[in-house]
Amino acid sequence: MSVVEPILNRRTSERVEAQLSSGGINIANHIFKWALLACLLFSLIVLGVLIYDVVTDGWTVLSTRLDTFLANPTRVSADESGVFQGLRGTFWIGIFVIFLTFPVGIAAAIYLEEYATDNWLTRLIDINVRNLAGVPSVVYGILGFTIFVSLLKGLYGDVALSRGNTTTAGGLTLAILALPVVIITSAEAIRAVPDSLREAAYGVGATKSEVIKSHILPYAAPGILTGTLLSLARALGEAAPLILVGAVQGKLGPKTGFFELSQLGEKFTAMPIVITDFAKQPGAQWVPVTSAAIVILLLVVLGFNAAAVLLRNRFEGKREG
Amino acid sequence: MTAPVIEASVPDEAGSADFLSGNPRRRAKERIVQGGVALAALTSVLVSVLIVGSLVYRAAQFLFGLNSPNAVDAADAREPIGFGNLFSDQWAPRFFEFDLKTLIFGSLIVTVVAMLVATPLGLGAAIYLAEYANSRVRKILKPILEVLAGIPSVVLGFFALRWISPNLVQRFSDAEGQSLLAAGLGVGLLTIPLVASISEDAMRSVPDSLREASAGLGARKKTTTTDVVIPAAVSGLVAAFIVATSRAIGETMVVFLAAGASGNSAQFTVDPLERGSTMTAAMASQASGTDGTISELAFNSLFFVGFVLFAITLILNLIADRYVRRVRQVY
Repeated sequence: MSVVEPILNRRTSERVEAQLSSGGINIANHIFKWALLACLLFSLIVLGVLIYDVVTDGWTVLSTRLDTFLANPTRVSADESGVFQGLRGTFWIGIFVIFLTFPVGIAAAIYLEEYATDNWLTRLIDINVRNLAGVPSVVYGILGFTIFVSLLKGLYGDVALSRGNTTTAGGLTLAILALPVVIITSAEAIRAVPDSLREAAYGVGATKSEVIKSHILPYAAPGILTGTLLSLARALGEAAPLILVGAVQGKLGPKTGFFELSQLGEKFTAMPIVITDFAKQPGAQWVPVTSAAIVILLLVVLGFNAAAVLLRNRFEGKREG
Repeated sequence: MTAPVIEASVPDEAGSADFLSGNPRRRAKERIVQGGVALAALTSVLVSVLIVGSLVYRAAQFLFGLNSPNAVDAADAREPIGFGNLFSDQWAPRFFEFDLKTLIFGSLIVTVVAMLVATPLGLGAAIYLAEYANSRVRKILKPILEVLAGIPSVVLGFFALRWISPNLVQRFSDAEGQSLLAAGLGVGLLTIPLVASISEDAMRSVPDSLREASAGLGARKKTTTTDVVIPAAVSGLVAAFIVATSRAIGETMVVFLAAGASGNSAQFTVDPLERGSTMTAAMASQASGTDGTISELAFNSLFFVGFVLFAITLILNLIADRYVRRVRQVY
């Protein structure tokens, strides 16, 4: 009802009448259109300024000492500081997200779309997932601190160099943070699979799990992959939960190798935390270092984002055509 | 020639229905798969329970701690602090000043500034994408918002601190390098894509028949947009606004870097040009304090603030959810 009213109210009809009788170019119409475009282009300008700013500020570091910048740990002096430990932490957090969040999230989406009947439990899970997606990231940090840090303190015991604030705790926390978005986007992709495909598979005698494996997942794969890549990018850029979990801001002790498993039980840091730490340092000599670290994080995060967007555009085009 | 091929590929039991539905191994596998995915779905409920549990437990500890003499370090035994310190004029857990309104007003200022930036810009961009841009233009322009959405908040925090503050805030005022206004502008940029994407979805779900009816009456595109499409999509637009508000309240890193609370202490202020703190920034500062001597009571204040933050965002999300459902019901 309310949808129809605006057309019928007198103000509009008067305006329409005026427009019909005026003829020529309607200036207000054009101003409106260009104002809208300006809103959109404002975001482009912001992006341009931001990227130009960090690239020019970080260029001295990136062009003269990229090798030491990537290989060095955080040091007291800006000229010697690097992002090795940050990259290492971010890499391992990515591993946790890929191997925990993706399977659990996709499985949960399969349950919600293919198995769940409309009962109170399904509705509870559904509303719960959507609310989890809106919980501030810093609150996930509280979960990580209370549950994972405390649990791991006991698990790693005296051997560890930490008080439970380990790579494992950070990875698990961000894996949980990424979960709701993976569930929601995967469920959307699965919902978009046409029923005819399911019916065809059932028709030749496939069981439910066979239908899912051979028909639904392959068809929904591009959509699922897009959602998972976006959530991975988001998790890798998160700093707030890691601060609460106790990621190290500042100097970090022993230099464990990039791929060494032992660091799972040691203190950790990550790229966003390194950037936070650099950004908080007083003095202009830290600005190029911070900017260079940002450029590297942006390359990682926007790389995953771009992959997701390209993937989606490509498959959207194919399906429509 | 064909008969043997068929015989070879189809087992004897194929003719009976038992083969399809009754094979115990197949049925067992089905049950395992169903159980597995159901377990995965229940994980999400467990996560919520754990979040609420960890918040409530230590937030309660904090409130009880305020009123019990043992809360403060044994070495420094004092009288109970009492609830009075929840209503002073500053937030400084180290000195047992827990004025919650300092943080709530800080969050409010940042959020209002952010929404003043994000609502018009995000909505304008959404209207352009949904109503004016043809599919080719859309394909080129929409990724702008997606890239902006992908920028990590810590990067926007640095941008707010190093670019927005000197070039915008300090140029037109005598604010210091860090201020609630600079943080609010940074959070605003962060929420533009969110407002735009939800609003665009809402407007695109308005059926074309409404636009055609309006055009058929002779209305111009602008009239159709402002008088037909926007009123029809209004619940989705309201949802976009509420979700973005909730996101702005929960945003941490921009405020942590650009609002300028030092060492987790902030004076009560309602002036956006002053330094200040928000609920989120207070939590991050409290957690990054490496100070080993900090008392348990001060540390537990983090959970109390977290609980308040969680409650506020939960309520906003539930309201937004209701509006989103309304859009789905109409069309």
